[in-house]
Amino acid sequence: MNAPSEPGEPKRTTPLQGDLHRSRAGWLRGDGRLSDVVLSSRVRLARNIAGFAFPNRAGRADRARVLELAKARILGAGFTERLLWVDLHHAAAIDRTLLVERHLISKQHAKGKLGPSSGGPDEPRGVAIALPEESMSIMVNEEDHLRVQVMRPAFDLAEAYHAADAADDRLEEALDIAFSPRFGYLTACPTNVGTGARFSVMLHLPGLKLTGEIDKVKRAAGDMSLAVRGFYGEGSEAVGDLYQLSNQTTLGKSEGVLLHEMEQEIVPRVVEYERIARRQLLERRAEILADQAFRALGTVTHARILSSDESMDCLSRIRLGAVLGLLPGLDQQHVNQLMLFIQPAHLQRLAGREMNQAERRVARADVLRRELSGYCR
Amino acid sequence: MMKCDLCDNEATTHEVVIRGGKKLERHLCEVCAKQHGVDTRPNVPIHELLKNFVLTPAPVAPARALESARTLKCETCGTTFGDFKANSLLGCAGCYASMEASLGPVVERAHEGATHHVGKVPRRALAHSRQGGRPMEALLGSIREREERLNLLRKQLDEAVRNEQFERAARLRDEMRALEGSGGSLA
Repeated sequence: MNAPSEPGEPKRTTPLQGDLHRSRAGWLRGDGRLSDVVLSSRVRLARNIAGFAFPNRAGRADRARVLELAKARILGAGFTERLLWVDLHHAAAIDRTLLVERHLISKQHAKGKLGPSSGGPDEPRGVAIALPEESMSIMVNEEDHLRVQVMRPAFDLAEAYHAADAADDRLEEALDIAFSPRFGYLTACPTNVGTGARFSVMLHLPGLKLTGEIDKVKRAAGDMSLAVRGFYGEGSEAVGDLYQLSNQTTLGKSEGVLLHEMEQEIVPRVVEYERIARRQLLERRAEILADQAFRALGTVTHARILSSDESMDCLSRIRLGAVLGLLPGLDQQHVNQLMLFIQPAHLQRLAGREMNQAERRVARADVLRRELSGYCR
Repeated sequence: MMKCDLCDNEATTHEVVIRGGKKLERHLCEVCAKQHGVDTRPNVPIHELLKNFVLTPAPVAPARALESARTLKCETCGTTFGDFKANSLLGCAGCYASMEASLGPVVERAHEGATHHVGKVPRRALAHSRQGGRPMEALLGSIREREERLNLLRKQLDEAVRNEQFERAARLRDEMRALEGSGGSLA
């Protein structure tokens, strides 16, 4: 393990091993239950190791000790055959961004700044990633000491929870986890206490957007104490009509109840609303839908400069067209993956060099043209 | 004629307040009573008075609670309740015990009125600790879980009705019925 660097020491960076930027994320594979609407399912468990201050309050030495303990346990637990460990305090900025784009770490974890008084690029912190599917990642020293996250393609929260729960069991075999009978798993932010479990799904809701009912769904979600966020989590706009839906309440309901609510009641209902909206659009405005899908395809296969937002908008319409069979031969899995490959760090790693925004827009147009030209008919 | 404590008019409102164990009497005219926020309406319905009585906390208590909350400090890591208010983060596991009284309501608000954990317990905690002589496993029992859930649902139902969220209320009521129906045999 690399020793944490001293404050005065120049920042060392080690390039991310492997070829994550080229590989397809398993959780965006695109097949499975309700995959016409649900891109992926994710379960996250927040845990802290007893006897150490939470990362925002811990001194550098304690954070380093927590990292050491957690890393040893994670690597020794025999989770998968291949586990990639990244010391984020030594990772290049572009690699940290790449991991955010692939939803393997949070933006906050990439930045490493925890509170007003501490933090910075070289805070001891890391992430373990299960390869090759990237189905699990464990962040160490994020807001909590441990954030276990498991991702699955399409709608499979039960299986994601099962895997996260099993990983949690393995971790606690050798770690004392902070827990109280009243508040459950103790977390830095009281909004996560109790089970510490967040169940979320990534939904593609272009139908509800087009029929103008998306705000109704958002309001209903609010009534049911659900959080609605964008593709890249808190504060991110819903680019590409992608929405993350997750439970906000973690106390007072068991994992089983939380899972049941999301799995049996909430998600199927939202999916049904979206399907109804799509059916209505197909019945009443089929030519408009087809027109939008083909125009989007036309744009991305001919444009020479593309912003991220415009690309995501186009990919959303193309995905809808593909799912509805308006673009024969185009499969949604391919579109799902492209949503990752056009992100800034992916483009730069693919090109093998740093690029400014203008260069990235050209590179983005190149990637989409190359990937989708074959479908133009 | 009894004179008003504050002016020469006739005192028409008489108030007795017990404060800090001392009995304080005030006799005021209508004008002065109004100025000092004393209710002079002759026929206030009793439930109105009761409501005010219940809803208005004693004037000393909140100030003291606020004061003590502000200076509340975790014995383990030194985080204060003020620090927590500023950045929404607690400093360590010990904060929950040190500031339990003030954190309780915050936690309750964040979790739809829930006050206690229901669900998984780390096995090592199970093996090591007992709470009030009972093994922590008792906390996992399905009966307790059911009751906790029912209590929570009752609270949420009240709230939903108050806010006229009838669809939500119906959903909650259905869940309560299902739970109530499934109970008996476990006890």
